[in-house]
Amino acid sequence: MDALISQLQRQFRDYTISLYQQGFLDDQFTELKKLQDDGSPDFVAEVLTLFFEDCVKLISNMARSLDKTTGAVDFSQVGASVHQLKGSSSSVGAKRVKALCVSFKEYCEAKNYEGCVRCLQQVDIEYKALKTKLQDMFNLEKQIIQAGGRVPQVDIN
Amino acid sequence: MAKDGGFSCLRRSEMIGIGIGELESPPLDSDQVHVLAVDDSLLDRIVIERLLRITSCKVTAVDSGWRALEFLGLDDKKAAVEFDRLKVDLIITDYCMPGMTGYELLKKIKESTSFKEVPVVIMSSENVITRIDRCLEEGAEDFLLKPVKLADVKRLRNYLTKDVKVAADGNKRKLTTPPPPPLSSTSSMESLDSTVESSLSLVVDDDSLIMSPESSTSPVNSPMKRLDS
Repeated sequence: MDALISQLQRQFRDYTISLYQQGFLDDQFTELKKLQDDGSPDFVAEVLTLFFEDCVKLISNMARSLDKTTGAVDFSQVGASVHQLKGSSSSVGAKRVKALCVSFKEYCEAKNYEGCVRCLQQVDIEYKALKTKLQDMFNLEKQIIQAGGRVPQVDIN
Repeated sequence: MAKDGGFSCLRRSEMIGIGIGELESPPLDSDQVHVLAVDDSLLDRIVIERLLRITSCKVTAVDSGWRALEFLGLDDKKAAVEFDRLKVDLIITDYCMPGMTGYELLKKIKESTSFKEVPVVIMSSENVITRIDRCLEEGAEDFLLKPVKLADVKRLRNYLTKDVKVAADGNKRKLTTPPPPPLSSTSSMESLDSTVESSLSLVVDDDSLIMSPESSTSPVNSPMKRLDS
């Protein structure tokens, strides 16, 4: 069992580090992990769940606001949703999503329709990619615990 | 660990409580610091609430400036009956909120008789010097750049505890505290051209009743008023 636990812990460590290296996560995610303890063992998962729900809702708002069939596009409305998503992604350490929101916001301010539509598509892809990656990471955690081990603290630096 | 790989939301009812507008922690112990947190983002409310609880604060989290005023009894619907002095030791608010901004909330709090002594901390995702200046001029205790980190909250907590204990004696002078960590104390008001790293803090030297050198270029009105009263 110990060999299995060590192997899983190694996998978990490597996987986590790769997420940071590939720019999916930044140190705000590390900050969230600091807030998790035995009393709140699922804090990070809960916050990320909320974040992904936010993504679905806000992206849907943005899509609606960018829908030309209902009339002229209200870029400030799009911008408001982007601002919210930028805030949430920043708070959870979703680095790529946040970076996209920064560009997206600029396109909104410039009232650049094509730019906005491109960003919307990218943001949709990006949050889903992150969700998959994190699901894999949480699954590894679960496997470690089920094997009787503890989830290691991963030092990113 | 959640059974489905991590994405079921446990303690949903608690989260819904925050969503509705208020999250209450267990009954207040008189020594415990009580913080009113104001943020229109549910996610940010959850994070700030956790940050504060982990540093042993009792937290009430609301989703707007109006709800904050309502909670403090400062809204127009204020009851004629004065309830027990509501113990709020710190108010921490987001700047950018629909309806009433954190700045407007700050002004209303500083205009009130009951709560103008309560330190108000502003949080913002945008590092805009004019915004920071305006808030500090209006009497904000500190300005935190989002996303807020545990170290930021711990720092607030440290100077707050001493304030609370001293204030309880009726003496509103702030105890001289050890200088804040280098990160914020060197991000002084003088270096307006440089990036403010995470937060600014005004350190008031109690013995001399002057602002500490780093912040001498800032308007000194608000903190001085607090000391005089």
